[in-house]
Amino acid sequence: MKAHGLLIAFAATLLLLTPQAQAQDKSIVVASTTSTQDSGLFGHILPMFKAKTGIDVKVISQGTGQAIDTGRRGDADVVFVHAKAQEEKFVAEGFGVRRFDVMYNDFILIGPKSDPAGVKGGKDIVTALKAIEAKASPFVSRGDKSGTHAAELALWKVASIDPAGTKPSWYREIGQGMGAALNTASAMGAYVLSDRGTWLAFKTRDALEISIEGDKRLFNQYGIILVNPEKHAHAKKELGQAFIDWVISKEGQAAIASHTINGEQLFFPNAGGATN
Amino acid sequence: MDGATAFDLILSGDRTLFAIVRLSLTVTVLATLLAAVVAMPLGAAVALTRFPFRNVVIVVLNGLMGLPPVVVGLMVFLMLSRSGPLGEMGILFTPTAMTIAQAILVAPIIAALTRQLIEDLWTEYRDELTAMEVGPIGRVQTLLWDARFSLVTILLAGFGRAAAEVGTVMIVGGNIDGFTRVMTTTIALETSKGNLPLAIGLGIVLIALILAVNALAWSVREWAERHAG
Repeated sequence: MKAHGLLIAFAATLLLLTPQAQAQDKSIVVASTTSTQDSGLFGHILPMFKAKTGIDVKVISQGTGQAIDTGRRGDADVVFVHAKAQEEKFVAEGFGVRRFDVMYNDFILIGPKSDPAGVKGGKDIVTALKAIEAKASPFVSRGDKSGTHAAELALWKVASIDPAGTKPSWYREIGQGMGAALNTASAMGAYVLSDRGTWLAFKTRDALEISIEGDKRLFNQYGIILVNPEKHAHAKKELGQAFIDWVISKEGQAAIASHTINGEQLFFPNAGGATN
Repeated sequence: MDGATAFDLILSGDRTLFAIVRLSLTVTVLATLLAAVVAMPLGAAVALTRFPFRNVVIVVLNGLMGLPPVVVGLMVFLMLSRSGPLGEMGILFTPTAMTIAQAILVAPIIAALTRQLIEDLWTEYRDELTAMEVGPIGRVQTLLWDARFSLVTILLAGFGRAAAEVGTVMIVGGNIDGFTRVMTTTIALETSKGNLPLAIGLGIVLIALILAVNALAWSVREWAERHAG
């Protein structure tokens, strides 16, 4: 019957859609954060890695919490994120092999140019958060368990304020990526914590500007971990390790350092071996 | 794609853009056809047979037309994940997974609309087909064939749904640059990067594409109807 022929044709086309057969597929899946993708870092360094090794790196960009979960499920070979506590837990539970420091940049507090909380130009993030609460100025939270969200919650804790728990009307959790949070803050005239890379690459700044930067507590460390083949036998151990080795090598570190936007460096390499 | 507008990209024949458009069309068209192969005979069978709880089946079929893409995406994700029942296949985050998810999304739409169409047609054909003692399978085949021009419109409804959605392809495809990134996920990504002019430009390209596919289907239908006498 005709229908059978059609079905077989569809099945064949479906198979063809997956470009390479699994056996000769020289590619890995890296679960990473929105900041590394949106800031253009991967677009800058991956072609160099591919040219050297011939390995295709497929990047899924998610919040750090979700990216780690992708690794935990075995749907990625490498996890490249920025929330040290969660990363160390991932390794301790046996889902990751070892964690390596890769690079850092810093978080910045972004706010409306009108500066309703009067915090602009300060050096102390905790004082600024207290002022935002006192004035009940709108604040946009990622609310998505990303690395930036974790950092934001930790800073509120230092300020002894718990907006995520008490949910005041000025505190708005949007549950989306960094770019979406900046868009929302721009539209609402709100403050928002951002990583510097995404901010530098962000196009529609409109009425937003940097309110606070330079506080030591705004340090933002990135780490890279191979998904443990003992937990997920199909994880591509050699190819994944090759990527990690390159990222923390002199060459990979130089590639990271050479990524700039308008002459400004986005990430500062600081690989120094395994941290656990 | 930073800095450039979508129109510059089209005019300069940007390869990345064409690859994205090609993948969007391939996935969406395949998903629609895959869904149709299953859903059209199913819709016709429901229209032409009487069985217990048939009304319930029809209500469910109609209701499933409103399946939320993000829920379909999540279900397919859980099935195909390495930790899920079909994880061995290793097809999560591939165009194949996207096609399967969209086919599931579109199938109820095609089945429900086909059911309605064939049931209406049946009232015209009943006496004739009964007199000719055509069996159930023959009836399904005859009615589907005679309704083929109207079925094109149903296919287009399914295609439109698949082409416009972003929820399932984002979840099961992963929006991987150069591999599973399609029009809608690109628009979502560029929006989140604050690259609004490029996002809206790509949106216009997507709408133009959907219109073009519809225009093509319309012409084919017109031509075929005329030649079918």
